[in-house]
Amino acid sequence: MSDSPIAVETHGPELRHHFADVEQQRDAASLGMWLFLATEVMFFGGMFCAYLVYRYWHFHEFAAGSRSLDIYLGTINTAVLICSSLTVALGVRAAQMGKQKLLVVYLLLTLVFGLTFLGIKGKEWYDKYEEHHIPGASFNADDIVKEYPQIPINQQYEQTFFSMYFAMTGLHALHMIIGVGLFTVLLYLALKGRYSANYYTPIENAGLYWHFVDIVWIYLFPLLYLIDRKPLK
Amino acid sequence: MFESFPLWPARASTTAAQVDALYIFLVCLSTVMSVAIFTLILVFAAKYRRREGVKAEQIEGSNKLEITWSVFPLLIFMVIFFWGMIIYFHERTPPHDATEVYVVAKQWMWKLQHEEGQREINQLHVPVGRDVKLIMTSQDVIHSFFVPAFRIKQDVLPGRYTTLWFRATQPGTYHLFCSQYCGTLHSEMVGQIVVMEPAQYQAWLAGGTPGAPLAETGATLFQQLGCSTCHRSDTQGRGPDLAGVFGRKVLLEDGRTVIADDDYIRESILAPSAKVVAGFKPIMPVFQGLVSEEQLNALVAYVKSLGQPEKGERPGIPATVQPPQPKVQ
Amino acid sequence: MATAAITQERQNYLNQSYGIKSWLLTTDHKRIALLYLASITFFFFIGGFFALLIRLELLTPAGDLVLADTYNKLFSMHGQVMIFFFLIPSIPAVLGNFLVPLMIGAKDLAFPRINLLSWYLYIIAGLMYIHCMLTGGVDTGWTFYTPFSTAFSNTKVVEAGLAIFVAGFSSILTGLNFVVTIHRMRAPGMTWTRLPLFIWAHYATSIIQLLGTPVLAVTLVLVVLERAFHLGIFDPSRGGDPLLFQHLFWFYSHPAVYIMILPAMGVVTEIVPCFSRKRVFGYSFVAMSSIAIAVLGFLVWAHHMFVAGISLYSAMVFSMLSYLVAVPSAIKVFNWTATMYKGSITFSTPMLYAFGFIGLFTMGGLTGLFLACLGIDPHVHDTYFVIAHFHYIMVGGAVMGYLGGMHFWWPKISGRLYPEGWGRLAALIVFVGFNLTFFPQFILGYLGMPRRYWDYSHSPEFQVLNVLSTAGASVLGVGYVLPMVYFLWSMRYGKLAPDNPWNAAGLEWQTTSPPPTFNFEETPVVNFEAYDYEHIPEPEVAVER
Repeated sequence: MSDSPIAVETHGPELRHHFADVEQQRDAASLGMWLFLATEVMFFGGMFCAYLVYRYWHFHEFAAGSRSLDIYLGTINTAVLICSSLTVALGVRAAQMGKQKLLVVYLLLTLVFGLTFLGIKGKEWYDKYEEHHIPGASFNADDIVKEYPQIPINQQYEQTFFSMYFAMTGLHALHMIIGVGLFTVLLYLALKGRYSANYYTPIENAGLYWHFVDIVWIYLFPLLYLIDRKPLK
Repeated sequence: MFESFPLWPARASTTAAQVDALYIFLVCLSTVMSVAIFTLILVFAAKYRRREGVKAEQIEGSNKLEITWSVFPLLIFMVIFFWGMIIYFHERTPPHDATEVYVVAKQWMWKLQHEEGQREINQLHVPVGRDVKLIMTSQDVIHSFFVPAFRIKQDVLPGRYTTLWFRATQPGTYHLFCSQYCGTLHSEMVGQIVVMEPAQYQAWLAGGTPGAPLAETGATLFQQLGCSTCHRSDTQGRGPDLAGVFGRKVLLEDGRTVIADDDYIRESILAPSAKVVAGFKPIMPVFQGLVSEEQLNALVAYVKSLGQPEKGERPGIPATVQPPQPKVQ
Repeated sequence: MATAAITQERQNYLNQSYGIKSWLLTTDHKRIALLYLASITFFFFIGGFFALLIRLELLTPAGDLVLADTYNKLFSMHGQVMIFFFLIPSIPAVLGNFLVPLMIGAKDLAFPRINLLSWYLYIIAGLMYIHCMLTGGVDTGWTFYTPFSTAFSNTKVVEAGLAIFVAGFSSILTGLNFVVTIHRMRAPGMTWTRLPLFIWAHYATSIIQLLGTPVLAVTLVLVVLERAFHLGIFDPSRGGDPLLFQHLFWFYSHPAVYIMILPAMGVVTEIVPCFSRKRVFGYSFVAMSSIAIAVLGFLVWAHHMFVAGISLYSAMVFSMLSYLVAVPSAIKVFNWTATMYKGSITFSTPMLYAFGFIGLFTMGGLTGLFLACLGIDPHVHDTYFVIAHFHYIMVGGAVMGYLGGMHFWWPKISGRLYPEGWGRLAALIVFVGFNLTFFPQFILGYLGMPRRYWDYSHSPEFQVLNVLSTAGASVLGVGYVLPMVYFLWSMRYGKLAPDNPWNAAGLEWQTTSPPPTFNFEETPVVNFEAYDYEHIPEPEVAVER
């Protein structure tokens, strides 16, 4: 194998030997990432289906539950994630242009935004814990029931809303944590000078992942927080 | 058929013969197709086995053949589909005046209650030639009501009603199996359907302690639980008048129209805010957790009996059951 | 050709490096294939052991061999082990991993490290499941129906669910690797229409793995959350809907059966032309039928729910679609048969397995027509008729395809020949044993014997057929043990294999047996069609023991 004259061409250490050239490697990595995101769409999709079915059947309980969520924190989190996607995109651009220091800055900012999101989410969950809205033995939606004397809220279906809320935001948060982990590794490697204009595929692909997790939140936010937010009659 | 080596169970319902006819057709079709393919393969294997000096002939394909052997099977499949669909629709559309039996499944037994009040455990007595409709629910997990001799099966779910109907054609005792895995004693959750001649059935009805007819039990509950406070037959009621509601179209406050069937009545008791009748406020209290499955069945049976004058002529329901008089406020 | 002198010292992927680290840290797709081979064989025997106990219990009507709870765990774990730890990986992870790069002229899969990760995920899942089995097992049936699984079962549902979740990721990564490899790593000149149909079959399988498995994953997550944290997602007593679980579950689990059968069809499509010395009849139809099965397979899931409580109209739609998906499978059977027409046929072991596959898959597929039929299904649903149907396809079909493939490519994989006489004998024993085991179950099912019944003493009329079935199972067991024994034997004592003992078409046969680590001395350039048997001479002598 190594005797073949064709193998002797200059290439960086990033080229893995089962690929013919860097372009094939990059193409393969890109296709792989997009396919992986397709599987993630199916993963969240199953849950979105369950959510849509229950929301259609138990609209009042879902609307009431939605209004009990903190819309300010939710909106701030949405803004935080959108900004983080911006820093990710700018980071990819910086890597493309070979600007090492700028890349590090943007990676760092992305991490800050990501951790901020998780922190705010943690606070929201804590609030729900205090209000006894976490499904399970100690679930109690009396406060919500009292808020709507005109509508008999079925507490079981209210629990369903919160079950879906925690399942969906929980899985999303798990993906965020994985994203934060990924970007921490990228930051470390970027500081060691691993990435250049010739080789920034991991940044690009991790960026795709981050954008995807962001898009899932863009769907989650209106579906969970913005059901029927007009003033009550 | 063959007494010592049966290929199918006894045929004891109107559906059984229809199902068996289709089954036999499919068996014949499958046998023909299998034999055809096996024969072709065996013939080719023999005729075209490797021989000295004989080379294989390279054949790329034939679009005509491909289309043919795609379209023909598809046409046959459509025949099977339509035939099966007709049987399915028929066997899942209970006749209007079928006798109703309420079934509550639980781990690991069947509890049945006739309209007339008789209760049975793991057994169901029915007369030959009578349309019988089972209204079923489960107290715990999913079960399934399966009578091989009738060729019918329906899963029994917690939280809602499912229905099944049959008309028995032959006296005898037939297996009842639970056919949805439900835990430790799933295989013990078996029983019998006892089909009797009409005279024998009447005798059976008369003997034993029948208990109150289901609708009467329901009437008592309707009072005890305070339903009659709001559901009155005059215009004072804060809830809709329930006389004659069963089977009718109901307009809901959100614009939808639904049919008031068993599930609608059941849901209105357990989760009233799901479907609020147009013109009424959503103020009915939630009875989830306050009534048992049997009590629910009784209430549903009672509501169904309201405002239907021909009820008095039906066997088993005393003509003296009256809608309760609303309490004076 | 069986001529050139084969020196034992020639370097190949097996002897390139030694030691446990070189195996456990390998990124060579061929070694990973062997790692999978060992692991899935282990689980096959565990699943088989459970089956043996089930059949022994069913010899008598009374539940007298094991307790009811034990029996319920036996059939549940038999199903889960066989499906998730044997069938789903089997052909793709062993034969696919080994052959996909070779068949397309590549040096490895697109992501070798992810390939290794995929195996480790499988092992982790396997260990989790073994732990679950040893500490109480699971008794929900392989289908995890709610609310029994989330609120009533007293067994290790969460552990089993999580183990299968992890195994699912192994499956997803394998699929991902194959799709990228087939798109991006084909040798020069290897156009889509020159690909072996084995590749088309694996491509279709991988699409299903990618798109279907995540739905099972999220469904299992929801079941685990509901059981562990008492959420109300599928449990009606807490506001949920059990039918929602069934829809989500079957959305994956129906396409899953196509994950299990498509690769076996791909194997048969390689064997039949080789032993008929003819190109495949209707190449593009066979290729497109794989894609059609993958697509249509996603549209039929609720045919598992005709009596579950869905509406008449839903049932109608799903029944109609189920008949549509039968058509591409029928096309394949006709094309295989037509490939034999005017061929020059020999009867080596792989071909015997291919015959067995075609016969048994045809029967299994025809009985699928019964189940898709709305008039018949209410009677036979959840009875032994269904069990017979799916075993005809999964055992009579998929396992025979797997064994046929193992025999066909064994010389390439191991560099040794298996003993042909024993191979043919085992194939015959498997075929006979299989039919004896499962044909009586069709009759049992129509007679009304429900599945998952530990005790049938209320219906002793079922006993004769059960005894027949158990007798067949013992024969079948012998048929499975034989290849294990002689494959192992051949690794040490078998005759050395030439590069192409069958004179088969395909790039994998253009390299040595076993291949070198990087597959080809030089990257092949392809300017010939896939089954170019016109230009390949027949082997001089039939390959002998």
